Amino acid sequence: MAAACLPGWWIISGGRRDLPLPKVESDKIGRSPLIRNEPAITPELIAQHGLKPDEYARIIKLIGRTPTFTELGIFSAMWNEHCSYKSSKIHLRTLPTTAPWVIQGPGENAGVIDIGDGLAVVFKMESHNHPSYIEPYQGAATGVGGILRDVFTMGARPIACLNALSFGDPSHPKTRSLVAGVVAGVGGYGNSFGVPTVGGEVRFHRRYDGNCLVNAMAVGIAETDKIFYSAASGVGMPIVYLGSKTGRDGIHGASMASAEFGADAEEKRPTVQVGDPFSEKLLLEACLEIMAADCVIAIQDMGAAGLTCSAVEMGAKGDLGVTLDLDQVPCRETGMSAYEMMLSESQERMLMVLKPDKEKQAEAIFRKWGLDFAVVGHTTPTKRFLVRHGGAVMADLPIKELGDEAPVYDRPFRDTAAKAAIDPASVKPPLTLADALEKLIASSELCSRRWVFEQYDHVILGNTVQRPGGDAAVVRINEGPKALALTADVTPRYCEADPFEGGKQAVAEAWRNLNAVGAKPLALTDNLNFGNPERPEIMGQLVGAIRGIGEAARVLDFPIVSGNVSLYNETNGSAILPTPTIGGVGLLDDFTKSMTLAFKAAGQAILLVGEANGWLGQSVYLRDVCGREEGAPPPVDLAAERRHGEFVRVLIRDGLITAAHDVSDGGILVALAEMAMPAKIGAVLAAPPGIPAHAFWFGEDQARYLVTAPDPDAIARLAKAATVPLARLGVTGGRAIAIDGERPVPVDELRTRFEHWLPAYMAGPG
Amino acid sequence: MKSAVLVFPGINRERDMARALRLISGRAPAMVWHADAELPSGTELVVIPGGFSYGDYLRCGAIAARAPIMDAVRGFAAKGGLVLAICNGFQIACEAGLLPGVLMRNAQLRFICRDVYLRVERSDTPFTRGYNAGQVIRVPVAHGEGNYIADGETIARLEGEGRVLFRYASPDGMVDPNWNHNGAMNAIAGIINERGNVLGMMPHPENHVEASMGRTDGRGLFAGLVDHFRRAA
Repeated sequence: MAAACLPGWWIISGGRRDLPLPKVESDKIGRSPLIRNEPAITPELIAQHGLKPDEYARIIKLIGRTPTFTELGIFSAMWNEHCSYKSSKIHLRTLPTTAPWVIQGPGENAGVIDIGDGLAVVFKMESHNHPSYIEPYQGAATGVGGILRDVFTMGARPIACLNALSFGDPSHPKTRSLVAGVVAGVGGYGNSFGVPTVGGEVRFHRRYDGNCLVNAMAVGIAETDKIFYSAASGVGMPIVYLGSKTGRDGIHGASMASAEFGADAEEKRPTVQVGDPFSEKLLLEACLEIMAADCVIAIQDMGAAGLTCSAVEMGAKGDLGVTLDLDQVPCRETGMSAYEMMLSESQERMLMVLKPDKEKQAEAIFRKWGLDFAVVGHTTPTKRFLVRHGGAVMADLPIKELGDEAPVYDRPFRDTAAKAAIDPASVKPPLTLADALEKLIASSELCSRRWVFEQYDHVILGNTVQRPGGDAAVVRINEGPKALALTADVTPRYCEADPFEGGKQAVAEAWRNLNAVGAKPLALTDNLNFGNPERPEIMGQLVGAIRGIGEAARVLDFPIVSGNVSLYNETNGSAILPTPTIGGVGLLDDFTKSMTLAFKAAGQAILLVGEANGWLGQSVYLRDVCGREEGAPPPVDLAAERRHGEFVRVLIRDGLITAAHDVSDGGILVALAEMAMPAKIGAVLAAPPGIPAHAFWFGEDQARYLVTAPDPDAIARLAKAATVPLARLGVTGGRAIAIDGERPVPVDELRTRFEHWLPAYMAGPG
Repeated sequence: MKSAVLVFPGINRERDMARALRLISGRAPAMVWHADAELPSGTELVVIPGGFSYGDYLRCGAIAARAPIMDAVRGFAAKGGLVLAICNGFQIACEAGLLPGVLMRNAQLRFICRDVYLRVERSDTPFTRGYNAGQVIRVPVAHGEGNYIADGETIARLEGEGRVLFRYASPDGMVDPNWNHNGAMNAIAGIINERGNVLGMMPHPENHVEASMGRTDGRGLFAGLVDHFRRAA
């Protein structure tokens, strides 16, 4: 490259490239008279940075001297659980991540899959649990902002968001304000940014009293030949800082998210970032514009651990060194130290390696959008991460060991003890079927989420084919005919009882929800939320769930292309339910053929695809009607899951059915109610033969769908040929859910109960 | 119909609007940058779309109302040019002095996205000629500040002069507090200026224009405008 291409920068002629400053001996690092004194490195300071004694010993061995304060901060940012995946990495490696349609698996900002026509889907889910508990609005908002950035960093325009939220018991004094703040934050960011939030889930359980979960998923569309990656290439390339200015917010955010909470959670508010969706929208448009102008070699968003993590990842992945000159970093406040700049998690910032001859063009685009643009460093051939500030070297570290060669742990783990299956005949029904249905449909677990999703703009961009409330959202791609089906699922109570089966079930349910709208499931993103991995029983949950997810993903051809791990979701030693959220993406060839769950007309046969064995262990019925959280969860027969799902997809494709719904929480009767309520059409149902009625109607056996059809005989013939179990439950019609011999439950009354609970709860005090 | 869609930083429904205009008028609109001082020559319809111009910081629409392009829009409106201002556009139009009143936070203090029913009050305007008076249409809203408020005199004038074009209503066309999701005075969803050439409304007809996507209740507004210009030509 020619000198003229790099105004203000220096040319490398092989070997190490340095700024023209006096050579600094390593023992004088950080001791420049220009720099204020830094604190001494004491065991207390090391512990405050979340570094264990053995990790600190490793640092000393690696660099051969005491680290500077800035270096200690950099290590704490890179080696914490959140950024390094040190406890989960060896287990995550067992997951299936490839398929002919996978363009990019885990390891980049987001996963990428091919959907034909030269288009790719870019998607990922990520947690923002700890910040959201401390500061619900900003925590949730910046969670959405972070995941959107991950997607458009890769060159994709975001087309949809989803989220999975877990809150404590409704009676806990903090729950209501957390729900209000998190939902407003998710909406506040996504609505302003201008992406539809089309789906997700909300749950309440006392085990989230001290740690709520906010898992946000973003989905974008890119052209397959215009996908951008984070690995830098080329020596002496300018590294450019783009977006908002750096402030003192979010310092140590990633470290905070890598520790459990004690009584001091409230004091951690300054570690939470503040979101600015307006800047993010400008950043999106500016980034897509300079990508289209072919200016970008590599790009990385500044998320967790901000400038540190983004610069190290770009260099480490490209096998290059990086030199940063912090004097060039646009700052919001004066007098920021190198330590603060390196650890700030100010939002809406990007780091890019630009093509040197396109620098002026890129700068003009950013200026047009009113965003900061500054050359803050360059790539070097040294594999060192060198940080200068105020005329001194503040850090000089080996980049690979900081980044992709960070420590990895094989932590001891203990498998969760297997629970005995519960015999349905042993469960006495405390309520009539009608009373139980009315109770469940109005429960915090199963009631309508309208109060939540109406605060999210779910129609912007004009492509939302199926809005929230169905099995999966359906979003058209451009003007069609293709569309994506999107869902987020997990059943934490199953995972708690049996992490392996629970992990399988989370994947199977996501897969099922995509099939239920007629989409072919393509790939998933996982967001693994667990407690403290240093406890063997928690580590056992993580290991078991990952095994289950891997098993299901292999059998269902549903690879994992991106993900996130959130550990230390504990307060005072009490952990959350293991919550491995699965975000699924499927493809419809024709959006006008997507299937919905509402009954379409009276007089149609109601059919059950799959078996009804009355599995009550860990069911909502057993917990919320019988007051027992017990037993083994329903086992997932993945071969049956696959057979039944593909069968339903064929029925939809061939136009043989008029409605389809996955059977999950609450079993068949709750699923039927969910099909009846939006249609205001009832159902006339026969009493089941064989097993106890309450187990038949409320059991949670897996691999099941309810469908309606005008010609059930044709479907019965196909089912027989495909060896898929099929049962005729009854017929649509009337104004009530009417089981033979039971009190009919009017659909409009059911609907009133269904819609009542959440708004009534949220209108309560506090 | 030659239309121009204004693009302010933070506006985010400009693509939805551009698509609706293209599908119904057969002609893609010009996208006009906020810093421009002039509208494209021959512009017949100016659209101020929805979104969060300047992040809705300060007050919704307050900053955009002072952008350079708004002088051109005021000049265009003063000469009788048609201006369609939707959602954030309605807020901008009020802040710019093109329409009276102000959009306050929704009565429930929450952002609301849902389909609502609108009663079309008049069909004898360029904006509503595609509907019948009294017709009820179903279109989405998506806003946190859509609660229309003005002083008593202004409201009396708006009502007396027939300048309320759309009102939130029940599915059978009755004005009812249960169907007025944001608490707007007199259930006002959309109004025109004195001259009748500037319409501001909170709902999004541009999101209900394709039969394949389900509903087409929003088409009438755009089809009526196309028809208006065709007859004028």
